[in-house]
Amino acid sequence: MKETPLSSCERRFLLRAIEERKRLDGRQSYDYRNLRVSFGADYGCCIVELGKTRVLGQVSCELVSPKLNRATEGILFFNLELSPMASPGFEPGRQSELVVKLNRLLERCLRNSKCIDTESLCVVAGEKVWQIRVDLHLLNHDGNIIDAASIAAIVALCHFRRPDVSVQGEEVTLYTPEERDPVPLSIHHMPICVSFAFFQQGTYLLVDPSEREERVMDGVLVIAMNKHREICTIQSSGGIMLLKDQVLRCSKITGVKVAEITELIQKALENDQKVRKEGGKFGFAESIPNQRITAFKMERAPVDTNDMEEQAEEIITKADPPSDVLAKPILWTPGTAQIGEGIENSWGDLEESERENEDSDDAAITDVQNIETEDDTIVLSDSEEEEVVILEPEERQKKERIQTSATQNSRVKQLKRRKKKRAVQ
Amino acid sequence: LAGITAAIMAAALAEERVGQVVLPGDLLLLPAQPEEDGERLRLGPVAAPRGRLLCGPGLRRGRAGLVVTKCGLLRCRGAPGLAYWVDTQQRRYVPVKGDHVIGIVTSKTGDFFKVDVGGSEQASLSFLAFEGATKRNRPNVQVADLIYGQFVVANKDMEPEMVCIDSSGRANGMGVIGQEGLLFKVSLGLIRKLLAPDCEIIQDLGQLYPFELVFGMNGRIWVKAKTVQQTLIVANILEACEHMTAEQRKQAVAKVLEN
Repeated sequence: MKETPLSSCERRFLLRAIEERKRLDGRQSYDYRNLRVSFGADYGCCIVELGKTRVLGQVSCELVSPKLNRATEGILFFNLELSPMASPGFEPGRQSELVVKLNRLLERCLRNSKCIDTESLCVVAGEKVWQIRVDLHLLNHDGNIIDAASIAAIVALCHFRRPDVSVQGEEVTLYTPEERDPVPLSIHHMPICVSFAFFQQGTYLLVDPSEREERVMDGVLVIAMNKHREICTIQSSGGIMLLKDQVLRCSKITGVKVAEITELIQKALENDQKVRKEGGKFGFAESIPNQRITAFKMERAPVDTNDMEEQAEEIITKADPPSDVLAKPILWTPGTAQIGEGIENSWGDLEESERENEDSDDAAITDVQNIETEDDTIVLSDSEEEEVVILEPEERQKKERIQTSATQNSRVKQLKRRKKKRAVQ
Repeated sequence: LAGITAAIMAAALAEERVGQVVLPGDLLLLPAQPEEDGERLRLGPVAAPRGRLLCGPGLRRGRAGLVVTKCGLLRCRGAPGLAYWVDTQQRRYVPVKGDHVIGIVTSKTGDFFKVDVGGSEQASLSFLAFEGATKRNRPNVQVADLIYGQFVVANKDMEPEMVCIDSSGRANGMGVIGQEGLLFKVSLGLIRKLLAPDCEIIQDLGQLYPFELVFGMNGRIWVKAKTVQQTLIVANILEACEHMTAEQRKQAVAKVLEN
């Protein structure tokens, strides 16, 4: 689908607002949008939200043979993808100019700055090294993809744990997380990108441009820096001429922003670590607000299983006494005959037929529940009595054979089991 | 068995679900369909003819009743004629005949403009579909201009067609929107809420200061006030209305009034 074009009236308004030092979302020129970092259930998975821009980062690792010219270094691989889900203007599977540009910038920011110790990723020199792959997916696009992506990449890398490996002679052993705790990557520093948008040939400057601001800007300057104020990458695009002062000012602002962001990231990582250690709930399920809508929800009626045995006993005692054994068909009233009572039966057979009964019963019960929203407990007790009625002939038989309480007990247990089953369902 | 149970799970009488949230795949049962024949047999005034049922957006007719295809609140209209539809909060616009929308001119080709309305396809707009336009006297419309118009053709799988005149050839408020002002997007649900005849939001905002406002059914709103600041305030309040209660909105407006 085509991207929504920018109307001339929007362009005019935005430029006028920027001249008046106003931004659409009420920020000041140097303000960053709200940053949120949340982690997945697994190590190395995170979602970074920068305002409405969202990036999902996922790190994975693999043992591979190293590159020929770098026999003792692990391999780092970055891949940022812009899916149509983020913005209908992005086409799937096509390497647009923007994607190439962003990927290149990410690589320069994270690989070329040597923030990750690649030599520690070596297992057997020249034979086995770790390949660390960082996949970044843009989930929603509201401007400044590169900042969000660089934060997501470094957060995911910091969060990631690779399986432990030991080398004994020629043998390489890979340990599962249960055997040995996975080890974190050794990270020297955390480079973070900060973007500056320039308008009117560099007269006006905005930090963290939103999507619409990006559309009307003349040029952009991206500075990657770590908290030690070391510039890792600097890139200016859009063909604007910048003065030395402007670049220096931008690097100063970057220093401040990077310090803030690094602190936030560290806090988020610590928090996650703490929660994981305590065994509490973590991951997206907890960190992302629950905005769930449920339709046709049926409240599950709690089944009281406390005095099941007594209840079952009671039902059995209250049940009608069994009728007499009838060998021949009997006509009770016109149209109602009885036949087959007292035929030999075994418990094994009964169990099978019961199970079938159970299944069909269950289906019927869910049916009734869902359409008529009847009270669960009532339905249950109904079916229970039914079952007892079905049991009756057998019960009588048992009594005839061996009248011990043992059989009763076993039946009670069976009833109980069945009830539990239902409760689970 | 699980599949069958799930299917049964989602079935409910349409009447009972009115005003509640429905999700795609839910089955709504319509009452008294099989009894129709029985009713017809009964003589006398008791057997009232069943009215035609209208199946609005977000619903599709299935074997047993209506199948929900969008998530939102189920709505119902009793008269004239029974109608069910789903009130969604979606942002993607699908052209509907008769809707007034705000479009952006993307190109001029021959006798037609191509206008982006936020749908899957661009709408076409004839040079002659403006008030007072003739073959000689062409309207002054540039690429990237804003157009407020109405759909005259909006069929599935076909290019929609817009006009900027009503049936009597009058502009009636439609045409090119001025070069000033701010355009922004909100959800379609909010637009419907704002366009309701007795919308309190507009009345509340009207107390602030004079401003111009255009709502497009495609979720676009154009605002223009005296200054950039005032325009931004109106735009932000309207945008925030989506998640604000009436009380919160009144407070926000009061706060602006104070300053």
